[in-house]
Amino acid sequence: MAHFEKAHSLEEWLDQRLAIKTLRRVLAEEYWIPKNINFLWAMGMVLAVTFGILVVSGIFLLCYYQPNIDLAFDSVNYTIMQEVEFGWLWRHMHAVAASVVFLIIYIHMFTGIYYGSYKKGREMIWISGMLLFVSFSAEAFSGYMLPWGQMSYWAGMVITNLFSLGSLELNGLVEWLRGDYVPGQAFLNRFFMLHVFLMPLIIMALIGLHFGALRIPHVNNQDGEEIDFEEEAKKYLAGNKKEAKVIRFANDFLSKDMFVVSIFLIFFFYLVFWHFDFAMDPINFDPADGLKTPPHIYPEWYFLWSYEILRPFPKDPGLIAFGFSQVIFFLLPFLDRSPNVAPANRRGLFAAWFWILLVDMIVLTVMGKVPPMGMFSTIGLVAAWVFIILWVALPFITKNEKAV
Amino acid sequence: MKELKILAVVVFFTLLTYWGVEPYAHSVMHKHIESKGFQYDDLKPLAKKGDAARGAQTFMNAGCIGCHGLKSQGMPAPMDPNAAVASFGVNPPDLSNAGAVFDAKFLANLIANPEHALMVEHKFSKAGRSFPMTAFYGLGGDKDQEVADIVAYLQSIAPKAEEVTPKMAFETACGRCHAVHYDKWTQIGERPKFKHKIDELKFEEKVVDYQDKLTKYLGKLPPDLSMYIRSRGEHYLKTFMEDPQELLPGTAMPRVGVSKESAEKVIEYLADVGDSKRAERDSVGKIVMIYLFIFAFLAYLWKQSIWKELH
Repeated sequence: MAHFEKAHSLEEWLDQRLAIKTLRRVLAEEYWIPKNINFLWAMGMVLAVTFGILVVSGIFLLCYYQPNIDLAFDSVNYTIMQEVEFGWLWRHMHAVAASVVFLIIYIHMFTGIYYGSYKKGREMIWISGMLLFVSFSAEAFSGYMLPWGQMSYWAGMVITNLFSLGSLELNGLVEWLRGDYVPGQAFLNRFFMLHVFLMPLIIMALIGLHFGALRIPHVNNQDGEEIDFEEEAKKYLAGNKKEAKVIRFANDFLSKDMFVVSIFLIFFFYLVFWHFDFAMDPINFDPADGLKTPPHIYPEWYFLWSYEILRPFPKDPGLIAFGFSQVIFFLLPFLDRSPNVAPANRRGLFAAWFWILLVDMIVLTVMGKVPPMGMFSTIGLVAAWVFIILWVALPFITKNEKAV
Repeated sequence: MKELKILAVVVFFTLLTYWGVEPYAHSVMHKHIESKGFQYDDLKPLAKKGDAARGAQTFMNAGCIGCHGLKSQGMPAPMDPNAAVASFGVNPPDLSNAGAVFDAKFLANLIANPEHALMVEHKFSKAGRSFPMTAFYGLGGDKDQEVADIVAYLQSIAPKAEEVTPKMAFETACGRCHAVHYDKWTQIGERPKFKHKIDELKFEEKVVDYQDKLTKYLGKLPPDLSMYIRSRGEHYLKTFMEDPQELLPGTAMPRVGVSKESAEKVIEYLADVGDSKRAERDSVGKIVMIYLFIFAFLAYLWKQSIWKELH
């Protein structure tokens, strides 16, 4: 049996048993972050807060939601929205957060791409982040099924159909996924399970991995400068805070994070109370009806760009292009052949590549929503090709990049 | 300030994306119709001034009560909703509130030529079926005067505009075809509370029977409107009520001819049913905003106090 002294305070008592002082030092006080950062570095904290909002509001919704095709729609729109005290608030927070979390994920991703925060030891940060993106996508899609409205039903129909893989006609696989020939009770139950159990579990594990992946290569900074963290930490601890290139995670970095979070929350709750339609499609307030296809079926805005890479091509090439768009971001650290870790604007052609990619994805997003007719089809097709060409060209563009 | 420049870039691309997928995409997907103020300009204007006392006589002599009830005047409908729907396809409305809910010009046109005022010719005379309500051919005098008298009579017995509640407007204008199960409304009236299962089943049988006949008459059961305020929105509901054919060509839904005020009441009723927490949303929202501004201010002070030692 280990030897324990009598503790003189609760903190000491806990420290003897859980080493909380060491934990605090390693995880917060002496977890060093570069000082040369801007507010975009707070997006991780904004995402953590948004995920927290999703979990907490989700728990409250789960108290009243009924995963049954006859009851689901009314349990959401009547029980939760009208009968339960503040049920409407939890539902609006959940729906708006589910949409806004993707806005922040995209900002977070493009920040990483712009500052080159995915290479020279930071590959696992990028890859775990992309795994999180995919998991959040699955979480968002499965959650979208639950109100069992028209868009839930038809989006479920369209997306599960993709698994027939075009001319391979794997209809058996589609039926196996749905548990039925068309979306029905079995379908709703399994997506409910995915949404409230399996996907959140995977997401939480991946968040742990994502944070862990940061420890060794450390957080990048605005200039991509390689920092000797131990040396700089010594300066800081010696009281030379102004000269040190690093700051403590808590409370230095945290205080800036919290300010950014507070601004974000003002924006978020403005949407929750006064501008929620973008996140709660009106069509989904019609109950699911397998005999009535809505005139326009489109995914939520955050899936539109990849939907538009699928749509302008014939069936099989479209699926291949769609598959390409789903995996290609994972390969970014290996397709970028330049050793430079620097903001895109100092990297010559890569700067053009970055801005064209951003604009192209916005064009794809808009074209993914409008009906695929006339000029829109052409713009969509061109934008899809631009997306593919950009990624194919990336290794060639970056290979001959001058050292910064 | 470099951070503000970065923020401007982020905000610009966010708003651009928002504009593209919301206002722009929706303007491409949905035909935009402006309300014409419920003027019903295509209908013949009311030329004559009606006399309510004479109208009461004309109303009785014209045989309106052969099909329509006038409960407020002690004249119940000759048939219950289920018998009426079996005879006519749809239950003819009780006219107690008609003078208050419907536009006067519309009523006059409806009496003289129902199919035309209701805009259902494509489902009846042009499709080889006859419309259940016969037009009023006049009692031998000046027909325009007789019609004006009937309208004046209906207006004289109707409650005053301010006495018409949103729910009354809805029941009179929409409630014989549309259910609103979030407010316990069925096409044959409000669903009562039942003590015995057998009574509930009997009521249910009547509702289903009515709905089946209505489905046969219209080709499709008109939708339950419980969540229509969220699924269609105020603007769509308003313009659709005013002229259903314009937004949904070929629809079996008639133009119901509500006045502008009644249309607003119907929309208010649908908002009360489908978006009942809108006032609470607004008031809670304001409190949350005040809280967050204080939070942001304190967070800013905290950040400043820590970072002044770092720079």
